[in-house]
Amino acid sequence: MSYYDPKDLRKFGDITQWSEELGTKFFDYYGKVFEEGALTAREKSLIALAVAHTEQCPYCIDAYTVDSLQRGVTKEEMMEAIHVGAAIKSGASLVHGVMMMNKVNKLDG
Amino acid sequence: MTKIKTQSLHKRHSELAQANRQLEILSNGIFREELPTFADKIKETGQFPLRPRALEILQINVGYMCNQVCEHCHVDAGPDRKEIMTWETMEQCLEVIKNTGAHTLDLTGGAPEMNPNFRRFVDEASKAGIKDFIVRSNLTIIRANKKYHDLPEFFKEHNVHVVSSMPHWTRGKTDKQRGDGVFDASIKALQMLNEIGYGMPESDLRLDLVYNPSGAFLPGDQSSMEKDFKKALLDDFGIQFHNLFAITNLPISRFLDYLIASDNYEDYMYQLVDAFNPAAVTNVMCTNTISVSWDGWLYDCDFNQMLDLKVASKVQHIRDYNEAILNDRNIIISQHCYGCTAGAGSSCQGSVA
Repeated sequence: MSYYDPKDLRKFGDITQWSEELGTKFFDYYGKVFEEGALTAREKSLIALAVAHTEQCPYCIDAYTVDSLQRGVTKEEMMEAIHVGAAIKSGASLVHGVMMMNKVNKLDG
Repeated sequence: MTKIKTQSLHKRHSELAQANRQLEILSNGIFREELPTFADKIKETGQFPLRPRALEILQINVGYMCNQVCEHCHVDAGPDRKEIMTWETMEQCLEVIKNTGAHTLDLTGGAPEMNPNFRRFVDEASKAGIKDFIVRSNLTIIRANKKYHDLPEFFKEHNVHVVSSMPHWTRGKTDKQRGDGVFDASIKALQMLNEIGYGMPESDLRLDLVYNPSGAFLPGDQSSMEKDFKKALLDDFGIQFHNLFAITNLPISRFLDYLIASDNYEDYMYQLVDAFNPAAVTNVMCTNTISVSWDGWLYDCDFNQMLDLKVASKVQHIRDYNEAILNDRNIIISQHCYGCTAGAGSSCQGSVA
């Protein structure tokens, strides 16, 4: 058995039951964030899809793959968005190599 | 990835070609154990039984024959379907068209243009002075054969409002659902329609597109999709059109077959039920439409026609048509109705809520 059950995604709203005020505030905020604004809802969906992958959140990947499809996003666009996330994620690791280099140079340069 | 079939469910002798089998699937399984039936759902919201409002749309299906075999077709249409409306039934329809209170006449199929009496019927029907005369054209028919090349001119002469399916603005997604080569032929046909004035911003020659999702997911917001379609089709092909209707795929016929074969049926039904919107029930199209089949039987909608659920009325055939009697009926419902009440709702005219 997996820790993740796809059906649990449908229960996300239930978190409000154990803390109504915070849960409600979160979902109000969440809903507002994804409204059409300076960015289109479609652009926001692609950002969410990329972040879902860098966070490696199965629920979010499920939700924003469906959301992207619903907004007419093509698979090529989805994959490019994920690469943007992956590039930042790997770049964020690699850029710390400078820290390692600084340390080596200080200790053993 | 599913490969598009080249024959209808009927021709393949699939059990899903039978309306009874489809209704059986829709009434059992998760609807016995986990999810509320549509009747129970609208009882909760005080909307049962579903009753008609004033009739606005008379939708006539002139035959199931089509030059395409689209993956999700709820009609199970295709070149192998031989159900075609006869001239005798068309004459009965014309009598009704002359006297109906409906403001919209909506011809559909299959490819309605493949009915041998299509032009004669349009010619006669257009004289009745109905405000909005729709022909649902699949576009590729215009390019399918020389004898159809002048259809745009014919539509224009009769002031026909053209409504055409277009699942996406990219070739890959369109051809996946509608068959190889459909995208290119559709683009060419849209350009031909634009050339004679259809779909242009100030033109009275109405050209609308229908979007339905290419897979097991619901359509996105209609106005956002319309913006994306308009931009892409104009930028890439110089094509213009008026409105986009976003339509939800209903879980019947070939789409039901697809859902089951791809192991998406249960998840899709959950999506529909979770997205149930009581506001959409109020305006759902069966409340203002009568659907007529190729052989003259009357239905609450095109979907009920495909499930062979005739109107619950003393009047069940076009030869006995009586609008007052018909309007005093309860609408027949089953679990496929969730498709028209999900999210912003869905109808042959797009979103309803």
